[in-house]
Amino acid sequence: MTRFIIKRLASMVLVLFAVSVITFLIFNVIPNGDPAVRMAGKQPTETQVQAIREEWGFDKPIYVQYATTMKLLFTGQMVSYFSQLNVVEEIWKGVPRTFALAIGAAILWMIFAIALGLWSAMRAGGISDNLLNVFALIGISMPVFWLGALMNQYLGFELSNVLGFELFPNGGYVEFSESPWQWFHHLILPWIALSVLFIGFYSRVLRANIIETMDEDYVRTARAKGLSDRRVLLHHVLRNSLIPVVTLWGLDFAVVIGGGAILTETVFNLQGVGQYAADAIGQLDQPPILAVTMFGAFFVVFFNTVIDIVYAALDPRIRLEAGDSA
Amino acid sequence: MGEPLLTVSDLRVSFRTEGGLVQAVDGVSFDLDRGEVLSIVGESGCGKSVMAMTLMGLTASRNASISGSIRLGETEIVGADDDSLRSIRGERMAMIFQNPMSSLNPVQRIGDQIVEQIRAHRDVSKSEAMERAVYLLNAVGVPDAKARARAYPHEFSGGMRQRAMIAMALSLDPEVLIADEPTTALDVTIQAQIIDLLMELNREMGLAVILITHDLGVVAEIANRVAVMYAGQLVEEASLDGLFYDPLHPYSWGLLGSVPRVDGERPKRLAQIKGQPPSLIDPPKGCRFRERCPHAFEACEGPVALEPRAGDPGHPDRCLLPVEAKRDLRKLDSGRIGLEEAGAGS
Repeated sequence: MTRFIIKRLASMVLVLFAVSVITFLIFNVIPNGDPAVRMAGKQPTETQVQAIREEWGFDKPIYVQYATTMKLLFTGQMVSYFSQLNVVEEIWKGVPRTFALAIGAAILWMIFAIALGLWSAMRAGGISDNLLNVFALIGISMPVFWLGALMNQYLGFELSNVLGFELFPNGGYVEFSESPWQWFHHLILPWIALSVLFIGFYSRVLRANIIETMDEDYVRTARAKGLSDRRVLLHHVLRNSLIPVVTLWGLDFAVVIGGGAILTETVFNLQGVGQYAADAIGQLDQPPILAVTMFGAFFVVFFNTVIDIVYAALDPRIRLEAGDSA
Repeated sequence: MGEPLLTVSDLRVSFRTEGGLVQAVDGVSFDLDRGEVLSIVGESGCGKSVMAMTLMGLTASRNASISGSIRLGETEIVGADDDSLRSIRGERMAMIFQNPMSSLNPVQRIGDQIVEQIRAHRDVSKSEAMERAVYLLNAVGVPDAKARARAYPHEFSGGMRQRAMIAMALSLDPEVLIADEPTTALDVTIQAQIIDLLMELNREMGLAVILITHDLGVVAEIANRVAVMYAGQLVEEASLDGLFYDPLHPYSWGLLGSVPRVDGERPKRLAQIKGQPPSLIDPPKGCRFRERCPHAFEACEGPVALEPRAGDPGHPDRCLLPVEAKRDLRKLDSGRIGLEEAGAGS
């Protein structure tokens, strides 16, 4: 176990290094990516551009630039090329918002996916199963920015006009410390919007797993033992069906909590890490993009490791070996 | 003997499938007495396992229809509701399966799986149930039972897993143990150990056993009585000696002839039954073995009942040949029982 974790930590450093190098290099090959030109404003003179290059060190060899950038990032002094704001501080501001969105949505989507997956599997082939299948496909197919925009417009804005009070707020975020109820109230729609796709997808995966598990010999044994249907379903079928889903869940959760819910955050104006990244991408602002990419990569690698440990706890046949790949 | 423990009469199980109605079990009747070992033999797909599952009330598929009667003492199993079935399963009738590798829940400790069964039926504490589980594991020959109860199935060998299955099946002192091919997936030496264990339980606890198998070697060792099943029907029922020394149905000759023997002269090759068993969708009228039987004649196309044709009420069969002809036909080829040789001679 200790060797496993050490090995994983080492590979985490490697992955983060690779991600940082690649993200950094991309800015040297994308067209119109020269920050000095962009920072100099409209129709700059060559001397102005040159002055900015020297001031920011863009004239140095690329490996020196990389080293400087990394140093700034890890000492927390990195600033945006355009807003001049401290990148790490800006990310920290977004973290509570992103975490609130990701954790709430992940809980919501697992609860509904399990409930709907069980329901469908037990009625496989029936009318309600087919209906749920259609709903799941619709849920998977709806782009989150579209769904979010509709929810904002109709549930957040027009419904409030009709009712005369805000059943759902029209976007925005309220600090938990300010008002727990307002915090919750403002997150309901984003949670739902972000969960819909995952609920559709996970309930289908789980349905298939459950149906497959129901045919297992040990489920027949469980029934032959005289256990109640409920116990067979929850302790023998569901328990085993959930194991593969955990891996999936870990990866998706890592992406969302690492700032991957860019569209949801932007549509509902949550000002989280994802929205920060979206703004930075729009301006081709290298420092924040680099920092958010590494932030996200960290969570992906971290949750991969956590999931492997959880997996071993869920399935005693799995042993954690130092040789496991990252 | 008095009342039989388990009475099956005219049991029929069919499944609606896309290909048509599959008549997996077609009018099977037999009794099981207390302390008896009844073996049901037949080839793959003859309906043995479906019947075993039905005895436990486990044939719950939506496309299945079951008729006839299965009486365990005073309780009727066919058509019983879920609650009463649940109180029979594990408590009065227990079952062990063909594949011990996959019959235990991989993510639950062995001991916990036994505890779960005990606590599903009895109002006892976890630790009391665990004590019982350890006692049972020890009784079925799992060494160091107390520690091993904490192991997971994948940490057990195949033979040990089958022992654990047996311990679990015995946990509530059932009246009947249904063993569906309990040794098929095991090594030969382990097979012998498991059979010895079943015999011991039968002798010492008076446990009645229904042993479903296609292995006649196992049958010879443990069974008191044998029922031969073919294409969903019983074609012959006899005492162990009755079947091995005086088999009356040509299908039984084929089964017996296909087993290698160490006594007597060795044949150049083992007998085999030509052809395939009939499809259970729309099976042939009359004798179902007719198309593969070298001795079939016109009357075989009509209905054939399971009757005591040789005079012994404990030894009915489903073949219309005169008893003397049966005994002559099967005797060919230096006393070996074989269809191939018999067919060539007639």
